[in-house]
Amino acid sequence: MIQLTSEQAQQQLDAHLREIIAWHFSPETGCPFWLEWASKNFDPRKEINTIEDVKKFPHFQDEWLRDLQPEVWVPKEFKGKPFNIFETGGTTGMPKQRIGWNDFRVDYSEFSDKINDEHFPKGVAWLMMGPTGPRRLRLAIEHLANVRGSSCYFIDLDPRWVKKLISNKKFDEAKAYMEHVVDQAAMILKHRKIAGLFTTPKLLEALAEKVDIYEAGIRGVFCGGTTMLPQYVRFIVEEVLENRIGFYPTYGNTLMGLAASVPLRPEDNFSITYYAPQPRAVLRVVDPKDTEKTVDYDTWGRVELTTLTKEFFMPRFLERDEALRRKPRAPYAWDGVAEVRPFGAMEKTIVEGVY
Amino acid sequence: MQVPHLPVLRLGRNYESLDKLEIKDHRTGEVKAVVSTINAGILRKDFRKLGEARAALKKFTVSQLIEMSAKAGELFLNGTLPLGDKGHTQSAEEYIATLSATSGLPHVMVRRNMAKIHYALTHLGEILNGLSRGLDMSILDAGFGEQFGTKLSFFPTCQALGLVMPSNSPAVNSLWLPAIALKTPVVIKPGRDEPWTPFRLIQAFIAAGVPAEAFGFYPTDHEGAAEILKTCGRSLIFGDKATMAQYADNPAIQLHGPGWSKILIGEDQIENWRDYIDVMVASISDNGGRSCINASAIVVPKYAAEIADALAQKLGPIVPKKNDDPEAKLSGFANVKMADFIDAQIEDGLKTPGAVEATAKYRNGPRKVEFEGGVYLRPTIVQCDSFAHPLANKEYLCPYASVVQCPQSEMLSQIGYSLSVSAITKDEKFIEQIQAFPEIERLNIGPVSTMAISWDQPHEGNMFEFLYRRRSIERGW
Repeated sequence: MIQLTSEQAQQQLDAHLREIIAWHFSPETGCPFWLEWASKNFDPRKEINTIEDVKKFPHFQDEWLRDLQPEVWVPKEFKGKPFNIFETGGTTGMPKQRIGWNDFRVDYSEFSDKINDEHFPKGVAWLMMGPTGPRRLRLAIEHLANVRGSSCYFIDLDPRWVKKLISNKKFDEAKAYMEHVVDQAAMILKHRKIAGLFTTPKLLEALAEKVDIYEAGIRGVFCGGTTMLPQYVRFIVEEVLENRIGFYPTYGNTLMGLAASVPLRPEDNFSITYYAPQPRAVLRVVDPKDTEKTVDYDTWGRVELTTLTKEFFMPRFLERDEALRRKPRAPYAWDGVAEVRPFGAMEKTIVEGVY
Repeated sequence: MQVPHLPVLRLGRNYESLDKLEIKDHRTGEVKAVVSTINAGILRKDFRKLGEARAALKKFTVSQLIEMSAKAGELFLNGTLPLGDKGHTQSAEEYIATLSATSGLPHVMVRRNMAKIHYALTHLGEILNGLSRGLDMSILDAGFGEQFGTKLSFFPTCQALGLVMPSNSPAVNSLWLPAIALKTPVVIKPGRDEPWTPFRLIQAFIAAGVPAEAFGFYPTDHEGAAEILKTCGRSLIFGDKATMAQYADNPAIQLHGPGWSKILIGEDQIENWRDYIDVMVASISDNGGRSCINASAIVVPKYAAEIADALAQKLGPIVPKKNDDPEAKLSGFANVKMADFIDAQIEDGLKTPGAVEATAKYRNGPRKVEFEGGVYLRPTIVQCDSFAHPLANKEYLCPYASVVQCPQSEMLSQIGYSLSVSAITKDEKFIEQIQAFPEIERLNIGPVSTMAISWDQPHEGNMFEFLYRRRSIERGW
């Protein structure tokens, strides 16, 4: 990865932004939704030149991804090309849907350069134990394994079912389901040669209680999905992986892609900072009471996501997460988000379950 | 100066977590210590080492462990012991002052609790003799032997004794003390506001020569507590009615819930009720009314109004005093919301017809008061016209009791489960009925406080029988 200065990163982002705005708001290339939106509001091609200008857009409404037919998001250039329909993680009710063609390959090919061959040896198989189904992650992990010359085994976990069980206080059933998932993974590990693992932290913990995952061949774990606060990260690194297996926590979702974390240093005290795959996505930590304002460094705020690809434009979407804003850190020349947790975690209990 | 840090004790290994709780002075908010807390996953991992923890105790004989326990008792009562892992130490006086500051228990009550723990530790030989009905403890060392003209063999029922402790009264720690002499490691989740006593006891045991591997001190969350209860094989849990219901059918878990302890006065003694007022007052208010063996109901065949008034005259005027005042009788609330809840519940109950608060006119002020920054609940006596009244069979963390009038012939059908009962009667027939009544755990006959404890008799279950089972054995050689 080329190391940019902050100014270079800013220039790169602004140039990319102008290109994406021009793409989505030009009748020759844009999608029906944004063209119609521009006709009722303003022409972003004239007003949006820098990332600061994106604040002129209102917050992207998640209802638009639930209520509208996916075709409204098809850019003219892609018209007639079948698209993938990806749905968000643990949502109950009508899920948010994002369509796509190649974005996930771009995101995960780039991510491949950030993981170590020692932990994910090229050509040796992966196992994904986690939400597959209609999620982008399913294809993305397989692609990641493939670009590294590897294949991938899959064990599915339906996070919507888990969420329903926990909300209905059916804890025994939730536990039995988790065991069912973990048992399948243990079986695959016993009978197949696998070195790389993608899973959620809770499932990783449960699997490691059942199997010595190092002895089973696992050398690298790529994790995502739920809150990973510092003590929990330390627990995973020291107690579950016993400092023998590479750990790659990530923050991501169907709408953004994947924000990789920087390797932990002793002074981080296990606080993980994630950096968005800029310029394709931009994360900002905002004051929840005045979302125009970015909070100070090392301060909590709500996560705001702007996605900027030719396949999908989504300005200022307020995630259901809160995080600490962190300073740029090499190799990333832009702000990071740390200790991500559900928005309002301090005020109310959030159902995260095993996912 | 840095405040003390109490680490997690992971069966012989100190562990400082990144997650910590602050333990504060209930009046000033001053942080007295920080306590490392961990998730259930760490417990599950450490439980794989319980065999080693047990092996560390197995090296000693029961007799040696009884001696070490006695030494630990002296160290607990008088010694200066390590407090955490940052070089702090704690003398007995510092323990008293700190526990008092964070729990609200006055010094005088902390001392009484210490004395109970000290007694239990220094009399373990007698206690185990009582609980095992005179078993020669060398039979436990060897695994088998002969005594009482028969072959005997015992085996442990668990890898460790799990403890989910409360915050309300330090003396409850005395319940687990026999486990060490019985070669059983302990895995303790301390109460949120009271890590001091289990930590000091563990330090005393270690200083007395018991291997550190035998002790787990795990401040953890609900999931961690559930893991302790599930995995240890034998556990004690302290909690409210709802918690008790959750584990009611599990023989591996000994429940210590509300006591609903009572004093019953028989028809033969009721004319002498004035002679028993002091026993009733002590039963209601000793230890600040915080124990499950504090009387929470006085059941009488007549004179309920007069008895309620006499108790109110003695208890109503009691006010909070300084923590170190030897006359202090009330405990402050470390959790102020708990005081708010209790006060509101009593007030709500009084709205139901059939109950009169007898203490109100002697208190000259509200039940819930602030004193030197702390929150206290003053004693409350409520005369109820029957057990059907919502305040008749309630237990609160303060000196609280109902006085219920009920014919002697109906008492046993009305009182329900009662941890400790003092029956003030000489009526042999009534005594026989009470003795046969299965819902009473601890029974005193005569004017004895419900708070009276005999350590060599079972308290909500026999710890020896809980930790060991007898098996039949035949040896060919």
